[in-house]
Amino acid sequence: MSTPAPAVAARALIKTYPGDVTALNGMDVTVEAGTVFGLLGPNGAGKSTTVKILTTLARPDSGEATVAGHDVLRHPDRVRRAIGVVAQKSGADPVATGRENLRLQGRLYGLKGAALTRRVDELLERFDLAEAGARIVRGYSGGMLRRLDVALGLVHRPEVLFLDEPTTGLDPEARTAMWDEISRLAGDEGLTILLTTHYLEEADRLAERIAIVDRGRVVVEGTPDELKGELRGDAVHVELRKEGDRVVLTAVLSGLPGVHEVLVEGRRVSVRADDGAAAVPALLAALERAGAAVAAATVARPSLDDVYLRYAGRRFSEAESQSRSQSQSPELLPAGDAR
Amino acid sequence: MSTDTLTQTWYMTQRQLMAIVRQPVFLVISLIQPVIWLFLFGNLFKKVVELGGFGTTSYLDYLIPGIVVMSALGSSMWAGMGTLEEIERGTLNRFLTTPVSRSALMNANVVQNGISTAVQSVVIVLLGLLGGADYPGGFGGLLILVVASILLGTVFGALSNALGMLVRQRESIIGINTFLLLPLTFLSSAFMAPSQMPSWMQHIADFNPVNWAMIAGRSAMSADPDWSVVLGRGGALLALAVAAVWLSTRTFRSYQKSV
Repeated sequence: MSTPAPAVAARALIKTYPGDVTALNGMDVTVEAGTVFGLLGPNGAGKSTTVKILTTLARPDSGEATVAGHDVLRHPDRVRRAIGVVAQKSGADPVATGRENLRLQGRLYGLKGAALTRRVDELLERFDLAEAGARIVRGYSGGMLRRLDVALGLVHRPEVLFLDEPTTGLDPEARTAMWDEISRLAGDEGLTILLTTHYLEEADRLAERIAIVDRGRVVVEGTPDELKGELRGDAVHVELRKEGDRVVLTAVLSGLPGVHEVLVEGRRVSVRADDGAAAVPALLAALERAGAAVAAATVARPSLDDVYLRYAGRRFSEAESQSRSQSQSPELLPAGDAR
Repeated sequence: MSTDTLTQTWYMTQRQLMAIVRQPVFLVISLIQPVIWLFLFGNLFKKVVELGGFGTTSYLDYLIPGIVVMSALGSSMWAGMGTLEEIERGTLNRFLTTPVSRSALMNANVVQNGISTAVQSVVIVLLGLLGGADYPGGFGGLLILVVASILLGTVFGALSNALGMLVRQRESIIGINTFLLLPLTFLSSAFMAPSQMPSWMQHIADFNPVNWAMIAGRSAMSADPDWSVVLGRGGALLALAVAAVWLSTRTFRSYQKSV
């Protein structure tokens, strides 16, 4: 029995932009047909660049990729016919109506006549835009606009759908609605979805497999449960009243029984403990002895945030703020040495 | 060019035209502006025809082709703003991930600009007729004027698009346009007969494509056209238009590489 070819297969993608910015640094992605795959990482990790290459917008400096069995560099036209793309920015034409946007999109894929009208009606209905279809897109709410974007990506019934940060900028209610929509899409026969997100919760909820992306490459990949399961025990987070000495505290805490992976960053201390609740008293006592007053302590079951911390060596939120400050200074700060 | 490219060019052109029609403020301004020019300059310079060299005794007759060409320049040179907006909004990238012919995307800019310029030119010619202008060259002469202004619009529309894709900054387009519009207009025969211009200005005007369009149009509109002038200036405009479209197509390719 042969396994079916993957819907997306990218190997060793490297892409640099002018100014020596390395966007991708050996990116590998394999997505099995008919599954939902999540690329999870902070802003600037290389998710969008990966999507741009896989959707034929950008060319990698090196590496190769096939989508729906077609080589993105040699047969971009075949790839374009097989994919639907919902980019980070809405590409809808704001001075046209929703229906006009969909009709034009359909025509570009060769749909016409009654088939085109039928397909457009079907999508307007499905995405709850039947009434709004006759209105100019400029007046749409954020949620409506996003639904139209997804509808535009589906006009020609693609084999592979790319969703680049589908819920960024949406209010919580519209986000939940979009999640339901994506879950429903995932049930569509044969549709493969590659989703990028910087929301841990989103990847956890929607994707069957997740690849965590950091600095232009995948640092770990698996199902959400696998990733969380690889972490031993619970996460214990302690907030100090004052910034502690990193070296001293790390040494003190690492010596405690049942405590692993100590990370001290400013006032935040995180450890992994076989039994979180049981470890807390010893932990607090040790901190007390080292002269570090404790403001708060929490115990949590492993989350994807912890997975990220473990494999990327830094906290998700920290990576986000680093990628923002990076636009001012190109120098990368070593992990865990941010302040 | 395949039939696919042709039909897709039309779809994309239709989209752009629809967008213009749906912005009534823009539409009204671009039609009222020539009226103001006609009224202002027509009255301000009314008496200059008495200096001679205008080939007519009515300044309005002389002015119409000038305003037609000036308006073609004035509206086309902003084409890059639209392209820039499509890039920033992500619309261009959305089209680039579909199988649409890449030349259809570029052609649509040229065709839409041509249609818009033609409509604007015809409106000004009709307004002139209302104001009592005389067109001794008849329909043929007017047709050549409109074609000349379409060619000029193509030149500046394509250059503006190239600039928009290259610099990706509104400020640059605004700066260059405001810098160029008046010198290009006044270093031409728009308002003043060439024989009344200082000789150094005449020499500069000889190299001004805006002036080529006016000379070709005016010559064709006269009672006894000098066809060598029409063909010479018209041919130069056509060559320049081809070069400008080629350049903007090149910049489009380099844009695609920079995504």
